[in-house]
Amino acid sequence: MVERLEHEVEAGAVSADGEAVRDRLIEILAEVASAGRAPIDLSGEPAVLLMVGVNGTGKTTTIGKIAWHLSREFGLSVVLAAADTYRAAAAEQLAEWADRAGADLVRSEAGADPGSVAFDAVAAARARGADVVIVDTAGRLHTQGNLMDELAKVRRVIAKQIPDAPHETLLTIDATTGQNGLRQAQVFAEAVEVDGVVLTKLDGTAKGGIVLAIANELRIPVKLIGTGEQLEDLRPFDSTDFARALLAD
Amino acid sequence: MAMFDQLSDRLQATLSDVRSRGKLTESDVDAAMREIRLALLEADVNFKVVKAFTATLKERCLGSEVLESLDPGQQVVKIVNEELTGLMGGTGGDLALASSGPTVILMAGLQGSGKTTACAKLARHLGESGKSVALAACDVYRPAAVDQLVTVGERAGAHVYQQGTERDPVDIAGWALERAREEGRDVLIVDTAGRLHIDEDLMAELSRIRKKVKPHDVLLVVDAMTGQDAVGVAESFAEAAEFDGVVMTKLDGDARGGAALSVKAVTGKPILFASTGEKLENFDRFHPDRMASRILGMGDVLTLIERAEQQVDEKQALDLQEKLKQDRFTLEDFLQQMRQVRKMGPLSGLLGMMPGMGAMKELKNADVDEGELDRVEAIILSMTPAERADPGMINGSRRKRIATGSGTRVQHVNQLVKQFDQMRKLMRQMASGKMPDPQQLAQMSGGAPRPKMRRR
Repeated sequence: MVERLEHEVEAGAVSADGEAVRDRLIEILAEVASAGRAPIDLSGEPAVLLMVGVNGTGKTTTIGKIAWHLSREFGLSVVLAAADTYRAAAAEQLAEWADRAGADLVRSEAGADPGSVAFDAVAAARARGADVVIVDTAGRLHTQGNLMDELAKVRRVIAKQIPDAPHETLLTIDATTGQNGLRQAQVFAEAVEVDGVVLTKLDGTAKGGIVLAIANELRIPVKLIGTGEQLEDLRPFDSTDFARALLAD
Repeated sequence: MAMFDQLSDRLQATLSDVRSRGKLTESDVDAAMREIRLALLEADVNFKVVKAFTATLKERCLGSEVLESLDPGQQVVKIVNEELTGLMGGTGGDLALASSGPTVILMAGLQGSGKTTACAKLARHLGESGKSVALAACDVYRPAAVDQLVTVGERAGAHVYQQGTERDPVDIAGWALERAREEGRDVLIVDTAGRLHIDEDLMAELSRIRKKVKPHDVLLVVDAMTGQDAVGVAESFAEAAEFDGVVMTKLDGDARGGAALSVKAVTGKPILFASTGEKLENFDRFHPDRMASRILGMGDVLTLIERAEQQVDEKQALDLQEKLKQDRFTLEDFLQQMRQVRKMGPLSGLLGMMPGMGAMKELKNADVDEGELDRVEAIILSMTPAERADPGMINGSRRKRIATGSGTRVQHVNQLVKQFDQMRKLMRQMASGKMPDPQQLAQMSGGAPRPKMRRR
């Protein structure tokens, strides 16, 4: 990106003054950040969203926010699947979000097979004629091969029920994560075909620059950003805003 | 351990080069310092920390300590080891303990850093030495945070004090301390909500909780995969909460580890504990010297021995020796042995503790497939005691039953029985003083009942 900018300035395409260079850099960054961008696919009947990511990156909270937006702003009926059957009180946590967001919840007892919860949720959504199913999964480090296999299995279970499902697989990346974010995206994408990234915790001091590498090298775009712990704290990704923030102090 | 792998490889390469040179010139030392500097920067270590670190290193390495030494290369290694240890906390710190009444430990950190899990793990760790530990649920914001702490706390053998989510966390903390005193607890660990270091209101709340319970230790929980932001976060928390030490979490990832190396340098506070896996037991005192040793490829035999001692019962070991001698080793014995080793921690972590692992690059990059071990366990558990004692009796219909019961296929059962048989033949040979037949050894390693190594 820097090389490209240098060439442009040398070729006279960008005037060599601080402000112009800065503006052009923002444009270039924004371009890289929007690689492969497409809106979230809600065309399925029901549309199935699968949330994946490393522990603590904000999957469950993001699901709450998405459910709330879909339900309150678009009037869609949403079913949440508590397929994180590992973490203590994960289903209770999602239940609270379902409540706040006005969504239904499908859960099982702790330790149950995550694939079966996903299956039940999709089946229930079809039976009730719900519009969207969002499947929560347990946080997992990408370095754990067997857990990545488990995730692939959950995806297969969903795909068997509805061809083309899950229609959207979203990977949460914590903005405070360093270079490891790229590695996370690579490994998760190998296991489950990630369609987009949700960049979370942007209300902190970290800027999440690693998503540029993820967009550039893996062609996986950021689709949403998380800016806090409340239901409303979710916005579509704007590459120019992001690029500006990256260069701000 | 995959964390620090990249840094480890590069430092070991640089140091191995230095060691191979005999006498060192100033420019040799300069070159090595440059490489070390780059390696640290690539590991996400804060650039200010790197600058100071390499300056100190260079000063020592250009001194008579090295240049006039009989083995300058080895001296450099020694110095790097010492300085790396110092960077992460030197001789390590200890939890301050109360002289009377419960020791109060306050846990703080960003959202998602792993505080609640760390609370339970710390509770279990402290409980191991017989202390009576209680937890206070002061995260009233995160949905089901109280439920989570109650569940994991009880699993860890600790009592959890909670008052739901409607009360001010400061009051809950105060009440929990009173209860802990009344009930004569040795330790009270206070869990708090994740908070941004730039959130003035929540940082003020943290301050109020601190004043209320007057903790003997304030621990900052830091996710090991945090990038450059770790330093800013640590500095802000140091200012607002004056923490005493750090708990590093998710060290079983493959992040470059720069945060771990920078935090102490920037705040002066040592890393006290490390969380290295999903289970409650995957939690240890952090020893900077052992970590430095591992990074430099010198292994961590002390931790390996500690873990082994925790698992192995001496009488059992002697009994086993007898069984091996008399060829009475059964699948039941094998199961017990495998379980003991597995209790020592994730196998990939154990490999990293063995000295010289840096040299065995192939082994290091293999991903031990715990799933296959799970399968072997399941198969043996589906056998009757008689079958475990005498696999020879396992006929076709038994194999089918075992396969079904363990959720595997008959060919897996066949494989296990066959390889166990080969292993016993081998042990018989060795017990009788004969050298094992190389052909048989080759047959065994073609897929013995041991973990499959998968290339990452």
